[in-house]
Amino acid sequence: MSENTGNKETLLNISDLSIHFLLENGTVRAVNDLSFSLNAGETIGLVGETGAGKTTTALGIMQLVQTPPGLIVSGKVEFEGRNLLDLSDAEMRSVRGDKIAMIFQDPMTSLNPVMPVRDQIAEVLLLHQNLSSAEAMEKSVEMLDKVGIRKERANEYPHQFSGGMKQRVVIAIALACNPSLLIADEPTTALDVTIQAQVLELMKNLKTEFDTSMIMITHDLGIVAEICDKVAIMYAGSVVEYADKMDLFKSPKHPYTIGLFGSIPDIYSDAETLSPIKGLMPDPMNLPTGCPFHPRCDKAMPECSKVVPKSVDTGDSHFVRCLLYKD
Amino acid sequence: MADKLLEVKNLKKYFKKGKRWLHAVDDVSFTINRGETLGLVGESGCGKTTAGRVVLRLIEATEGQVLFNGEDVMNYDKRQMKEFRKKASIVFQDPFASLNPRMSVSEIIAEPLIINKTFSNSADRYARVLELMDTVGLAHQLENTYPHELDGGRRQRIGVARALALKPSFIVMDEPVSALDVSIQAQILNLMDELQNELDLTYLFVSHDLSVIKHVSTNIAVMYLGKMVELSDYSSIFKDPLHPYTKALLSAIPIPSVEIKRERIILEGDVPSPINPPPGCRFYGRCYMRQDICKDKDPELLEISPGRHCACHMVTPNAAG
Repeated sequence: MSENTGNKETLLNISDLSIHFLLENGTVRAVNDLSFSLNAGETIGLVGETGAGKTTTALGIMQLVQTPPGLIVSGKVEFEGRNLLDLSDAEMRSVRGDKIAMIFQDPMTSLNPVMPVRDQIAEVLLLHQNLSSAEAMEKSVEMLDKVGIRKERANEYPHQFSGGMKQRVVIAIALACNPSLLIADEPTTALDVTIQAQVLELMKNLKTEFDTSMIMITHDLGIVAEICDKVAIMYAGSVVEYADKMDLFKSPKHPYTIGLFGSIPDIYSDAETLSPIKGLMPDPMNLPTGCPFHPRCDKAMPECSKVVPKSVDTGDSHFVRCLLYKD
Repeated sequence: MADKLLEVKNLKKYFKKGKRWLHAVDDVSFTINRGETLGLVGESGCGKTTAGRVVLRLIEATEGQVLFNGEDVMNYDKRQMKEFRKKASIVFQDPFASLNPRMSVSEIIAEPLIINKTFSNSADRYARVLELMDTVGLAHQLENTYPHELDGGRRQRIGVARALALKPSFIVMDEPVSALDVSIQAQILNLMDELQNELDLTYLFVSHDLSVIKHVSTNIAVMYLGKMVELSDYSSIFKDPLHPYTKALLSAIPIPSVEIKRERIILEGDVPSPINPPPGCRFYGRCYMRQDICKDKDPELLEISPGRHCACHMVTPNAAG
């Protein structure tokens, strides 16, 4: 395990990252001027609805944006002191799966259907660590044990496992090389709620055991409340609010964040109607001028359609991108 | 208000799997009063969707009665079924798969009106289509667009407009918002609420999401592996769940708040297979309160206190006090 436990050094620092997709009929601005940082051992929640750019951001960090049509237009992704955008393909391959691992949303499609689960874990170990095939197999079984799968099942194929169990296998693969950063892209969205609770509990425990930092991509603020230390709320490719979890849940500031909270039916309140955000997500090929949220915003002012708001610190590193707030 | 619109008695649906039987819905009974909503909640494979479909006879039941306005739907002949279909409709889960991709918005909404020859001339029919589009909040200029051009929220509005076309009194909502983003989901839930009040509709609302169910329902039924384990009014089930499964389900929902602290119950294992289930309580294998009796004897759904039912040997009318 790393000796950095409790040490607040910066592991990942993303600054002004923009990712565009250049298509025949226009440019999709998927991620715009995105910045956030993550300290060792921390978990950040990346929250937003479909099309907010959450997954594209993750693929950007992993250098997995398909080029063309995708293009990282600007920005820096500093990880353990190196800018990942400057690395060669070969250097990046040695980072992926070893230092940074990713868990995808759908465990049904992220495993190889014709390979026993043990071999799938061994694959990543053989690639990144100097192990003999027998040692890799042994380590795989150990990893399966850590995620709660009995060793008798090591030789089974993905289709023999339930959805929750498959996601456990995916987690075992991701953690096999003891990565310092784990990116989890909606890891429990495809699972039932009681199974989701099992998997989240497992991830929380393993994160502590392996001393891994995590980026949790989700649309569920409930999961954020449970597992994250920091939160970045994304809308139309921008981080509109970025703060410590406690701060953000106690005093959400951006109108979109407030709207998101108003849209969730709360099992602990007796409110009769929800207060949803009016309108629809904008077309990413044709984003509104100024603040991308202004056409749906209750508090929109005339200048909102003209000025792109800057991210301002409203105190205690609670950043908001909205003209209502000044430095 | 408390007149029964729908009464379901001992409904069973078994599917044959080779030589064995899959018990999708196993002896389920409930009533829905006019103007009210019954929320049917449970995880994948608990039989909630099958129950909704059997009620409408989209799938034939193995056994049981479905009384609609006091008449047994199971005994209806073809002509009576056609009348029944006008009064009882359905909104499907996936607004991407439930709309014909080759039909325009207005054609989709008009189809039930054409099939049932509701209008003698097309001008009246067209007026009704536009009226329905207004009702569900679809702009008239979308009438000639096709489903693929629209987002999930608008598509689900088309599904709702189609379900409303024949002025039904009862609608089965089969996971109508689970494919939508939260901000759009909230819009559709509010729409369903308004429609229920305006048109005096009765809903059977099927969902896996307890917070959505709470928001829309008058009464809530919790299903597990084909069985109804708890049936209560919407508020007491959240304040004081009776069945151990309901308790675990509630505690598993991630709450978007940093202030509420809860005791979490993590269930062991997965939902077992509904094929040839063993005798005894279906929840036995995962239950944290199990006793010997639970293994052999299937608990009945008993009234624990007025309006509250639970099927568990450990929850008895006396104990709940």
